[in-house]
Amino acid sequence: MKKVSNPIDEILGRYKPARREDLIPILQEIQEKEGFISEQAIIRVGNHMKLSTTKIYGLATFYDQFRFKPKGLLHLVVCNGTACYLNGAGAILKKIREELGIEPGETTRDGRFSYDVVTCMGGCSNGPLILVAGEFLTGVKPEDITSILGSLKKNTTSENI
Amino acid sequence: MMFSITVNGRKVLADKGETILSALNRNGIKIPTLCGMKEFTPTGACRLCVVEVEGRERLITACSHPVEEWMNIHTHSPRVLKARKTIIELLLARHPDECLYCVSNLNCELQKLAQELNILERRIRGRKTKIRLDQSGHSVVRELSKCILCSRCVRVCEEIVTVTALDFVNRGQKTHIGTSMDRDFNFTSCINCGQCINVCPTGALHEKQHIAEVQEYLSNKAYQKVVQYSPSVPSTIAQMLGIKPSRDPESMLNGILRKMGFDKIFLTGFGTDILVEELSDRLEKKIKNGETGSLYISACPAWVKYYEQSVNDLPGELSTLKTPQQIMGAIIKSHYAPAAGLKPQEIYSVSVTPCTAMKFEAARESMTTRGICDVDAVLTVRELAKMIKLYGIDAVETEGEQADEPASLKSSAAVIAEVSGGLAEAVMRYTSLKLSGNDPGRKPFKSLRGTSSFREAEPEIQGRKIRVAVVDGLAGFAKLKEQISSGKQYDLVEVMVCPGGCVNGGGMPAPASKEEIRNRARLAYQNEETDPVQMPSASPAIFNFYLKEVKQNAKNPAGKLLHTSFVKRDVLL
Repeated sequence: MKKVSNPIDEILGRYKPARREDLIPILQEIQEKEGFISEQAIIRVGNHMKLSTTKIYGLATFYDQFRFKPKGLLHLVVCNGTACYLNGAGAILKKIREELGIEPGETTRDGRFSYDVVTCMGGCSNGPLILVAGEFLTGVKPEDITSILGSLKKNTTSENI
Repeated sequence: MMFSITVNGRKVLADKGETILSALNRNGIKIPTLCGMKEFTPTGACRLCVVEVEGRERLITACSHPVEEWMNIHTHSPRVLKARKTIIELLLARHPDECLYCVSNLNCELQKLAQELNILERRIRGRKTKIRLDQSGHSVVRELSKCILCSRCVRVCEEIVTVTALDFVNRGQKTHIGTSMDRDFNFTSCINCGQCINVCPTGALHEKQHIAEVQEYLSNKAYQKVVQYSPSVPSTIAQMLGIKPSRDPESMLNGILRKMGFDKIFLTGFGTDILVEELSDRLEKKIKNGETGSLYISACPAWVKYYEQSVNDLPGELSTLKTPQQIMGAIIKSHYAPAAGLKPQEIYSVSVTPCTAMKFEAARESMTTRGICDVDAVLTVRELAKMIKLYGIDAVETEGEQADEPASLKSSAAVIAEVSGGLAEAVMRYTSLKLSGNDPGRKPFKSLRGTSSFREAEPEIQGRKIRVAVVDGLAGFAKLKEQISSGKQYDLVEVMVCPGGCVNGGGMPAPASKEEIRNRARLAYQNEETDPVQMPSASPAIFNFYLKEVKQNAKNPAGKLLHTSFVKRDVLL
């Protein structure tokens, strides 16, 4: 039988077992590789660290950087930092939530969209900002959201999913 | 070294190294606390124990701050009282305000503090915590909206039970006590011990109540209602109802249960006697055949689940014998029922125990016979006390009565079996009696009694040393594993998940201090010393019923009746 090496085991192999201080770097590496932290990943990390999965999940949910569901094909990063917030990021987030029917960190059922909220992306003078597919959309207005999502949708065929 | 400090204008003696709180408590000054638990490291999370110390700009938490010689403390100044009141008001701002419909009504620390701090109006309005009711487990129910995030359950589950099924999930406003992947309880590593229930200051954690169900059946004439109770139940109920210790609590409880409408009353202790009898048979065989590997006693249902989900590398076997409650349950439905001319499904069988995991135990598939549960409902001691009040029974005016045949008697082995180490002691004494013909007495097992989380003894039976280990609370399990991996071998191992044993079970009235648990254990040992029937074989119930009807019954062999099977559990550890 062909032995398939698991990317998570490969990451864990580089860390000594049962060292609590390695937990966050390990989770970061897994997220980088897999795009999210799966239940399987948490179980494996728990075995490696000799830690209860509850503790790992509790710690990981404390940080905004970790997500527990796979990203959508199109991942939006919406800025809600001070400047963007003052320029109306709140209304934009509300609109996105309405249009997609999901909360930050979640993914739509068809796997097309997901979004996260961050506190600053360094484009404060051009806010509100949305980062999608490597491009920054600047000065976004709530009424633009429908057409933005619509054109994004058109550009992704169902084969991509 | 003692020195004096000033508290509220008076000189008070304090000890070097202790906390402000402990110095104040010793001198008769009460300070409210919510997150604090005795014998735990303080966290200072709830801030309710704040006091004013002159020379310090901010209020400081008494529970976590060491007392110092220069201190001039004000414990109830206007500033302090206002701070405490505000803390409770802020907690109440998010609280569901359902006190009248809450299990913990009149038994809630938050409610008590609101009353003590004279909170009479809703000054702060907040968004209510989202309602989430998790009753997926058989034993523990979580109501997250009532949680005040004191973290007592998290600390107990991690430090005492060592299962760590609970932790803080998310951050800030979204923080809540959750499980791994925020799953419901039945998917988690929770072993149903109920220690978290005993420390919860509100109604956020409580047992899954069977009161309504039992109530319904009690008034149903189509069933015969049968109840069994554990040895520690009568004295605890007497204590909860404020009955003088001079009365015999057991006969009183029998009278109460009859008044409530139970037709037959049996003792779970008889089941314990059978367990001791069977376990010592097994041990005898083991000694005679010279088998190696440990025999793990399976009398604690929380330990059984822990074994199923987490133990895979220990030499030896988990005894397949059922717990005393389930042994009694099986006997009631498959021996008592035909003898009384009843079908098993015409009996409604209730058990009262100090344990919450027994609720889970009774619902296991291996605890049913042809689709019928051996035990239909399990009440904790707390629930029974509530029901006695519900039925308006005056315990003082209730005459003492006898329990019913065939399970009306128990030996004192069953009494000490509810204390950690007691069951191992009883099994060893009995085995020794059977093998050598004389009772070795209590002396060789002295080291099995005590409060440390891991204890061992090496009594000698007929020239062979038998090694016995007692794990008192799962914190001692690590020690056992350590000993085993260092090459030690044990013949008999008893594990009790609750520290102190069943007398500190998750269904007992909360909260119990270490001193109180020790007293309960002392009481059990005292009873044992004065009991004329110390060995199961001396109990008439055993030789009249068990040996004739069960053990030597070829038609209905004891195998399936007394033994169970285990499953591999796929839970998030």
